[in-house]
Amino acid sequence: MSKPYTPPMPLTWWNKNTAYRLFMLRELSSVFVALFVLELLCFVSQVGQGEEAMDQFIKSLDNPLYLLYHVIVLAFALLHSITWFNLTPKVMVIRLGEEKVPDVLVAGSNYVACLVVSLLLWWIVKG
Amino acid sequence: MPDEKITLEILRYHPETDEEPSFQTFEVPYHEDWVVLDAINWIKEHVDGTLTYRWSCRMGVCGSCGMMVNGTPRLTCAVFLNEFHPEPIKIEPLAYFPVERDLVTVMDSFMEKLQSVKPWLIRNEDEEKPLEEGEYLQSPAELASYKQFSMCINCMLCYAACPVTGLESEFVGPAAIALGMRYNRDSRDQGREQRQEVIASHDAIWNCTFVGECSVVCPKDVDPAGAIQQAKVESTIDWYTSLLPWTKK
Amino acid sequence: MAKSNEPIVWSLFSAGGVLTALAAPALIVLLGFAIPLGWITPSFEHVDGLVGHWLTKLFVVALVSLGLFHWAHRFRFTLIDIGLKSLDTLITVACYGGAIVGTGVAVYVVWL
Repeated sequence: MSKPYTPPMPLTWWNKNTAYRLFMLRELSSVFVALFVLELLCFVSQVGQGEEAMDQFIKSLDNPLYLLYHVIVLAFALLHSITWFNLTPKVMVIRLGEEKVPDVLVAGSNYVACLVVSLLLWWIVKG
Repeated sequence: MPDEKITLEILRYHPETDEEPSFQTFEVPYHEDWVVLDAINWIKEHVDGTLTYRWSCRMGVCGSCGMMVNGTPRLTCAVFLNEFHPEPIKIEPLAYFPVERDLVTVMDSFMEKLQSVKPWLIRNEDEEKPLEEGEYLQSPAELASYKQFSMCINCMLCYAACPVTGLESEFVGPAAIALGMRYNRDSRDQGREQRQEVIASHDAIWNCTFVGECSVVCPKDVDPAGAIQQAKVESTIDWYTSLLPWTKK
Repeated sequence: MAKSNEPIVWSLFSAGGVLTALAAPALIVLLGFAIPLGWITPSFEHVDGLVGHWLTKLFVVALVSLGLFHWAHRFRFTLIDIGLKSLDTLITVACYGGAIVGTGVAVYVVWL
């Protein structure tokens, strides 16, 4: 006679081990990144309202609470970037004949691209 | 020290008497060159002959002896006791599978999922070469494109590492999709379109959230997580090309 | 061969993932720290000219839209996987619907 026992799937399954917890943080990073793109949109909208509105918006961000918030947002954004870049070699497999282009090169090119984009954005915004 | 011991906490389940599994503790002689499977075999031989589990080759090829070792899916023939000694070792059946008895899981759902991706070479009916024309030749580069996915030994560690298999009972799962990809990538095969019926469905690749642990625990470095993401890219390209007016069927 | 419409949302999710992975950290440093703390002091004329450029407009709309689709896709699966599977349809509509609305707002703010 067979009477299999089916173990329950607890709602806290994501707290089972470090890998799952890190996965959950990675997924949650999208919330903070989304909040930031909306913030950027607010900024663009304020710039459209004129110099005063822009200055006021910038001034309001110079506040310990907002700075702390941005530290958290930056931490999650970096988590997103790092996990995204490191997983790219699994998704994008480039083969040259029998050889696979090493994962380090595929992931590494993402970091280089990120650096170039960052410097470019900085240079453009700096004025 | 000849009489050193190590503690094994093994999850037991007797369907005749138990409503749910519970742990039983065993003291086992500690040998530096023993793997966890050796310790379990010692228990079966010297302490409790009713302890039930699967094993066969003892050399990481047959894929039978997968269990949760301290919460991580491992082949017990490939985990040495010295990795944990003197701490106790907790042994459970592979996670997310129904338990038949003690450490034996019910594999029926896996077998069905494996078959559903048709993991064999498929040729179009009228394109099968007559035998006298010989074999289908393949270049080393063509072999390399799927070889990694062909190393799977069906040990199911990847399923026990994947929370999605626990959350979605219909999820086709890492090994089956990787094996489907193994045949899709094979230059001799023409069955991709048939397999896509399963692989490109919601219950297969689109249920995967890329936790990535399947590839971490795989004892053969098959990288099922990579196979699934690559299938997502290819299926997405299919989807967009099917929108093009000149690709109508 | 289209068995599932997931490719649409998955491709938007992926594009958003790439774009935000490349650009978000630098933009956060700029808007969150560099400008408010005075590390750089771009003039209003410069910022206004920059924001008015069609390339910037395109970039902002793409970043907002794809960034939101990226969120929508991940958040949808997170909610379903932490036990809200019974609300599957509602969650799916709310997440991608939110991203579509956000795209509309971004187009409105930037071009109108």
